[in-house]
Amino acid sequence: MAQIDVNRPILEANLKAAQENRRQFDDAGVKVLNLISSPGAGKTSILEKTLTRLAGKVAAGVIVGDIQTTEDARRIAACGVKAIQIETQGTCHLDGPMIGQALKAFDLKGLDLLIIENVGNLVCPVEFDLGEDMKVAVLSVAEGDDKPGKYPLLFKEAGALLINKIDLLPYVNCDLGRIRQTCARLNPKQVVFELSCQTGQGLEAWVEWLIAWARSKEN
Amino acid sequence: MHEFSLAQALLDIVTQEADRNGVSKVQRVGIKVGAFSHAAPQALAFCFDAVKPGTVAEEAELVVERVPLRGLCPQCRQESDLKEPTDPCPRCGFVPLEIIKGRELYVAYLEAWDPAIG
Repeated sequence: MAQIDVNRPILEANLKAAQENRRQFDDAGVKVLNLISSPGAGKTSILEKTLTRLAGKVAAGVIVGDIQTTEDARRIAACGVKAIQIETQGTCHLDGPMIGQALKAFDLKGLDLLIIENVGNLVCPVEFDLGEDMKVAVLSVAEGDDKPGKYPLLFKEAGALLINKIDLLPYVNCDLGRIRQTCARLNPKQVVFELSCQTGQGLEAWVEWLIAWARSKEN
Repeated sequence: MHEFSLAQALLDIVTQEADRNGVSKVQRVGIKVGAFSHAAPQALAFCFDAVKPGTVAEEAELVVERVPLRGLCPQCRQESDLKEPTDPCPRCGFVPLEIIKGRELYVAYLEAWDPAIG
């Protein structure tokens, strides 16, 4: 029996695709966010509220992943922003090649910011690099304050955390302090925003930060 | 359940390496899976069994080595095994530790009958 040393990452092909995406983003000077949460945390609602506030300040585009339906792309396009829907047909995450394919529909040089809304899932999307500059985690208070501890990889890798649906705090047993404490232990550099798409609370602070971040890329 | 995607990617690497080394039948595939990676070894083995028929790895056994989570304290440089990524340094109490092991997800080796012998 002969042993052959391999030492190659299982996700090598995805990494190569992600690097190619990243090269395109860097060439065009576009900043890219990968938005990750469980289903129903409010990613699309946050995007709707965010994109209308970015109008005239930051040229944004969106790629949205769902297992089925093009509902989300329609909601985002209604905000006046170009949105490409990827229907994964059962796959629980977006990957580098899917994004590479979707990019063909964009003129990246005309964009400042590309937001990728991943498939709703706290686990699988975290392993697949898309070429983004930053992962942003969304957690709604109704999901419970134990989630960062239970799904630590996302909350460690996310550069920003959006705690959504804070208007529901009086009705759910959720300790914001516990979420903040766990996340600070995982990633002390993480930027945290508390917001509600229903009342609008906290949205301005998040959008202001996002505008500054989107403008921070050279080119 | 992204293990099917992982199993397919794993099989692609095994097939390429077998071709490159003139191997016609892979007996064993060794992979390393960190405790802080999102890959469930049992699900991965199940999916690998589903994708391997009709390939050079048809009879290959998947051998998974789990790599425990290990941290390095940026303050006192102590290394320690961690149960959770939020665990503090056992020597000085600092949080968070730099994760130095536990994110592995790679193909380590293949075993095959020696092509020189047949």
